Amino acid sequence: MAVNVMTSKEVTKKVLNREALFILDVRNETDFHDWKIEGENFEYLNIPYFELLDGIEEIIDKIPTDKKVLVVCAKEGSSVMVAEMLSDAGLTVSYLKGGMKTWSEHLEPVKVGDLTDGGEIYQFVRIGKGCLSYMVVSNGEAALIDATRMTDIYLDFAESISAKITHVFDTHLHADHISGGRTIAEKTGATYWLPPKDATEVTFDYQPLKDGNNVEIGTVKINIHALYTPGHTIGSTSFIVDEKFLLSGDILFIDSIGRPDLAGLAQDWVGDLRESLYKRYRGLAENLMVLPAHFMIIDELNDDGSVAEKLGTLFSNNHGLNIEDENEFRKLVTENLPPQPNAYQEIRETNMGKINPDIDQQREMEIGPNRCAVR
Amino acid sequence: MNNIKANVTLDAKGLACPMPIVRTKKAMNNLVAGQVLEVQATDKGSRADMKAWSESSGHHYLGTIEEGEVLKHYIRKSSNDEFNEKNHPNVINNEELEKKLDANENIVVVDVREAAEYAFNHIPNAISIPLGELEDRLNELNKQDQIFVVCRTGNRSDLAAKKLTENGFTIVINVVPGMYQWTGETTGINR
Repeated sequence: MAVNVMTSKEVTKKVLNREALFILDVRNETDFHDWKIEGENFEYLNIPYFELLDGIEEIIDKIPTDKKVLVVCAKEGSSVMVAEMLSDAGLTVSYLKGGMKTWSEHLEPVKVGDLTDGGEIYQFVRIGKGCLSYMVVSNGEAALIDATRMTDIYLDFAESISAKITHVFDTHLHADHISGGRTIAEKTGATYWLPPKDATEVTFDYQPLKDGNNVEIGTVKINIHALYTPGHTIGSTSFIVDEKFLLSGDILFIDSIGRPDLAGLAQDWVGDLRESLYKRYRGLAENLMVLPAHFMIIDELNDDGSVAEKLGTLFSNNHGLNIEDENEFRKLVTENLPPQPNAYQEIRETNMGKINPDIDQQREMEIGPNRCAVR
Repeated sequence: MNNIKANVTLDAKGLACPMPIVRTKKAMNNLVAGQVLEVQATDKGSRADMKAWSESSGHHYLGTIEEGEVLKHYIRKSSNDEFNEKNHPNVINNEELEKKLDANENIVVVDVREAAEYAFNHIPNAISIPLGELEDRLNELNKQDQIFVVCRTGNRSDLAAKKLTENGFTIVINVVPGMYQWTGETTGINR
């Protein structure tokens, strides 16, 4: 029987369409439990490839024949080996092209809305890692927010819609993924904006992003208004785009809120986080569409693959916005936190320009989920 | 300390997963129980997989050291005789030895595991004399000293204790169950 190839794009489609898929994940158990391909109707079997070197007889009964089967490993090699063994045994299976490495890098652009006077806003869903970045487009100009290191995807996308990238923003100094902001700004000549309080140690030039800054793009003026909302980091800044969209960075997510400990100052920043969520956001219009920089679980995705919800809805449904007691809030965001993102210190140093890891090291550093949130 | 002694060295540099493990498995078949294999690999993912594979196949993953781009993994082939009956009459359990060490008593601890096992994890100030070398290195020890002998599971140290006693050492004590359950202070490479 045949061995087929499935791409990350095809798997993404199955996630969004809630299709069934049987995933045979042949990475070691620790890696599997740490991070896997999530889908509502996905079934899993985790058997490390090194348990199968002598044959697949022991698992062949556990592989369904009435479902698509996808063999997954870290970088593809082991999944090809196992897929071929299954194929020799008469099964039709696929392997994931590029493995989890490529899955982690896949970006799916989704249009999340139109702007008042023409123009649109796109969300780039990094489905394997839960990172979200944005492109605001108006009259041939584009602004990018929280771009990942897969810079070609944004550059190609901008070209495909004939837009020139003129402004690049990071809402904060990221700890879970390597920012592509600086590279894109260098390649396009765009202005690179960073919150100065997060940028005290950076080794490159940037445009300081401050509360109340307004940046306009396109001939039809689209207003990008900066709102200082510290808590996840001391510099964290949100954006209100076109008075319709609230880009909340790592402060507020759909079903969770930002964690204040990744720069090592959890206790100090709890107050800021509470102030941002319970005072600054409370003062905003409830019909703003919240567009965060992450999702944590696949349930946070809408049917079209986007991650977006009205601020008013989050005020009533998001647990993190509904903790009256300050001490209880402090406990939630400082105690029993999930593990920190893989290599988060090195990622921060990379984003500051202090270290320059090569592409393989960057991939290695970004392995795993983002873990920027607390629920 | 970067040259850890191994019985066999396998070159898996430049190979991508699954080949480092495939080669390791084959190489391991040719080792004698208790011997140590050094695997040189450049695949970063090999570290976690070596550890997981060793655990699932019953071998002892000792550790990994990095030398530039190269990862050197050390694995000791499992042996079946590790939990045999022990014959040396004079024994002490881990906790008691730990107390003596904490009390700063002037103590001689001899670790008779392979050099590679010792390198990654051992009791501070323990003397490394692998069981196979003991006969030739008796002169490094003092016959009047109280000597605590330790290995992974108490089996090799049992044999070593008997050998020391036969050679005129008077106060020789086997540490049980040994390093695999040692919870006290340790030191080693990579720390």
